[in-house]
Amino acid sequence: MTRYALRRLLMTIPVLLGLSVIVFLIMSLIPGDPAQAILGSYATPENLERLRADLGLDLPLPQQYLVWLGNILQGDLGRSFTLNRPVLDEVLERFGATLILAGTSLVLCVLVGVAAGIVSAVRQYGWSDRLITLLVLIGISVPAFWLGMLMIMTFAVGLRWFPASGMTAAYGGGGWLDILHHLVLPAIALAVVAAGVIARLTRSNMLEVLRQDYIRTARAKGLDEGRVVLRHAFKVALVNLIPVIGVQAGFVIGGAVYIETVFQWPGIGRMLVNAISTRDILLVQGGVLVVAASYVFFNLCADLLQHWLDPRIKA
Amino acid sequence: MTSPYTQARRWLLPTLAGAALGAAGTLHAQTPPEVLVVGQIAEPKALDPAQVTAVNDFRIMMNLYDGLVRYTDGSLEVEPALASDWTISDDGTVYTFTLRDDVSFHDGSAFDAEAVVFNFERMLDEAHPYHDTGPFPLAFFFDAIEEVEATGEHEVTFTLEEPYAPFLSNLAYPTGLIVSPAAVEEHGEEIGRHPSGTGPFRFEEWESNRRVVVTRNPDYWDGAPELEAVVFRPITDANTRVSEMLAGGIDLMVEVPPDNVAMFAEDPMFEVHEQAGPHLWFLILNMREGPFTDPRMRQAINYAIDKQALVEDVLQGTAEVAAGPIPPAFEWAYNAELEPYPHAPERARELIAEAGHEGAELTFYVTDGGSGMLDPIPMGAAIQADLAEVGLDVSIETYEWNTFLDRVNPGLEGKADMAQMAWMTNDPDTLPFLALRTDAMPDQGGFNSGYYSNAEVDELLEQARRSTDQAERAELYRRMQVIVHEEAPWAFVANWKQNAVTTADVEGFRLQPSFFLLLHDVAKR
Repeated sequence: MTRYALRRLLMTIPVLLGLSVIVFLIMSLIPGDPAQAILGSYATPENLERLRADLGLDLPLPQQYLVWLGNILQGDLGRSFTLNRPVLDEVLERFGATLILAGTSLVLCVLVGVAAGIVSAVRQYGWSDRLITLLVLIGISVPAFWLGMLMIMTFAVGLRWFPASGMTAAYGGGGWLDILHHLVLPAIALAVVAAGVIARLTRSNMLEVLRQDYIRTARAKGLDEGRVVLRHAFKVALVNLIPVIGVQAGFVIGGAVYIETVFQWPGIGRMLVNAISTRDILLVQGGVLVVAASYVFFNLCADLLQHWLDPRIKA
Repeated sequence: MTSPYTQARRWLLPTLAGAALGAAGTLHAQTPPEVLVVGQIAEPKALDPAQVTAVNDFRIMMNLYDGLVRYTDGSLEVEPALASDWTISDDGTVYTFTLRDDVSFHDGSAFDAEAVVFNFERMLDEAHPYHDTGPFPLAFFFDAIEEVEATGEHEVTFTLEEPYAPFLSNLAYPTGLIVSPAAVEEHGEEIGRHPSGTGPFRFEEWESNRRVVVTRNPDYWDGAPELEAVVFRPITDANTRVSEMLAGGIDLMVEVPPDNVAMFAEDPMFEVHEQAGPHLWFLILNMREGPFTDPRMRQAINYAIDKQALVEDVLQGTAEVAAGPIPPAFEWAYNAELEPYPHAPERARELIAEAGHEGAELTFYVTDGGSGMLDPIPMGAAIQADLAEVGLDVSIETYEWNTFLDRVNPGLEGKADMAQMAWMTNDPDTLPFLALRTDAMPDQGGFNSGYYSNAEVDELLEQARRSTDQAERAELYRRMQVIVHEEAPWAFVANWKQNAVTTADVEGFRLQPSFFLLLHDVAKR
């Protein structure tokens, strides 16, 4: 398994390299450049040329890419043109914030989704199943950003229970309790869709497993129903759920872009949107690399976990 | 043994309890007393005045730094700041400033003539040891400087290559703010994140994408500010900024969306502030080819657009109808006798018929956003409808802002008949000089994307730039406005009124025509 994990990790290198070439090409295909974005109205050809030379944008594209690649091999992601700050500092800070939000959301959607799915399956066609199915349908259909805005209007503006935006209090603050307080609304808004997906799949997987002979055998032996459901049935269903959760992890990080905008969460999604519109190519590269690497990493974790739960699945 | 329900409760309850605890644990809503929280439109790029170009960054920096001169409260006229006095040589090329001798930077180093020389040489002299702490995108504001010299401990002399009237006004602009040389030497290219100036507030901390905190400078030469601290929070989404204002998370928000202004105005908990600024929203008309080579067609466009409806309905009163190329905010240079083209579709139809362009097909470049562009897509659609009213067939092409600039700035020839554009400037010279002169055609490095050319206008603008007498300059600009208004190389549409909302607790706040945010005199009760 260690060899498998290593091989998978090594395989990410060409994936990330290929990705960086594509990002570089796309960014160079769209018109406008950071100099244009920085100078705005004052972007005369002369000023543009001067600033481009200052920023090193006057080099041929392949050369820009090779310089970037050479630097990255030494652990240097370059300096953001627009922020005039090392890309690595910015990306790590922002990614940290995204991880807090997406991580909490993921835990939340797994807990709620799995619990709802199990209840739904055990009480198939009962009122609790119908209610959960309805809620899941709503959860999957509601656009996350709209839900976020609704939650802000209700719980921040109306009831004033939670802050409307940001990650820490404007003045002072910054402790874990402060962050938790700011985290509640965006984490829930981000978790809703994924929770719905997980609940649906948990339900169908559980229903399938509960019909198996060995479950009947377990029940016939007079085992406690809770034990049958959780130990015998859920453990088997979980094997199929793990890769889904892995995919949802990527989805949650992707969805964070909207939620981060609505709640002004200082995460990497918002950073990428800004970096693209200001044509800050090094910042885009750095951000995309980190997000892609984390996506690959989560899927790898899911695969390994699945393999660990069910050794019959070939690693 | 546990049932699935018990099990589920075991997971769910702590989660919900945690959330409730979070709510109860931190007392939310009201911002702390004596601390003003400002909702900004974006994260600042840097807090080094030499490096930045965005109004959003200026709003913070104007409270951290001073320039040699500044705009007087409520106008765009220049008054002493770090320089207590100055003289200008008769030929307009030598400016000698007497500096205040009672000022030091926040880092404790002394403010003197050498510090001023350091600041300008850092920007302009490639051989300066700290020139590599740039780039300095607006350094061209000071391209006219030939030499800057410390002619005394507290006297500094600028020698210009040629007379350049906007020089003083440029010194009042953020690019002219004075940074502590000691701080530049200490922090090098990171100076943008460790600002040190002489202003009413001192830099305290910058947490990326969360806040910039500045605190009261008790030793400020112009009197210590009332507020203990100011927190600038980047809230890029306008709706979230509004929600945060309503939720009590911020005390002051800038750039209120037009749709929300009325709501705040009716609520006694809030106060709405408005101030017209040196901004012009206009349409560039392509005078090199197509229907707009005919002046009657250009006038017809100006008559056909219902500007009043645009500012009232689309912009909901957040702008005023523009009359000509110089915004009224430049009070001293504005020609108040100039009337905006009235909305007169009948007159427009007559002019179009005279020119023989009934039913002409026009290509109209529209953008989706961008600095000072207000609400460009609905504005574009409204203009299209107004022109359809007079029988013109306008097809809109919409481009993302950077792409848009990339198409418009090199000139409209072969691409479009008209294009949206907006400018915010600090001197009446800037926009016409860069965008209306014969020598400012795109291929000569200017922004005259519609190819307007009038020898008299060229001459008036050159003269105004060389004159150091403000009354004489004003007269030249007034004559220029009459000609440009008549020849209509642009359709003059709107002057943006910048707005802000404060809570009722905030006192002494006033928006400035410069669009800067000055918090020195603000208090919170």
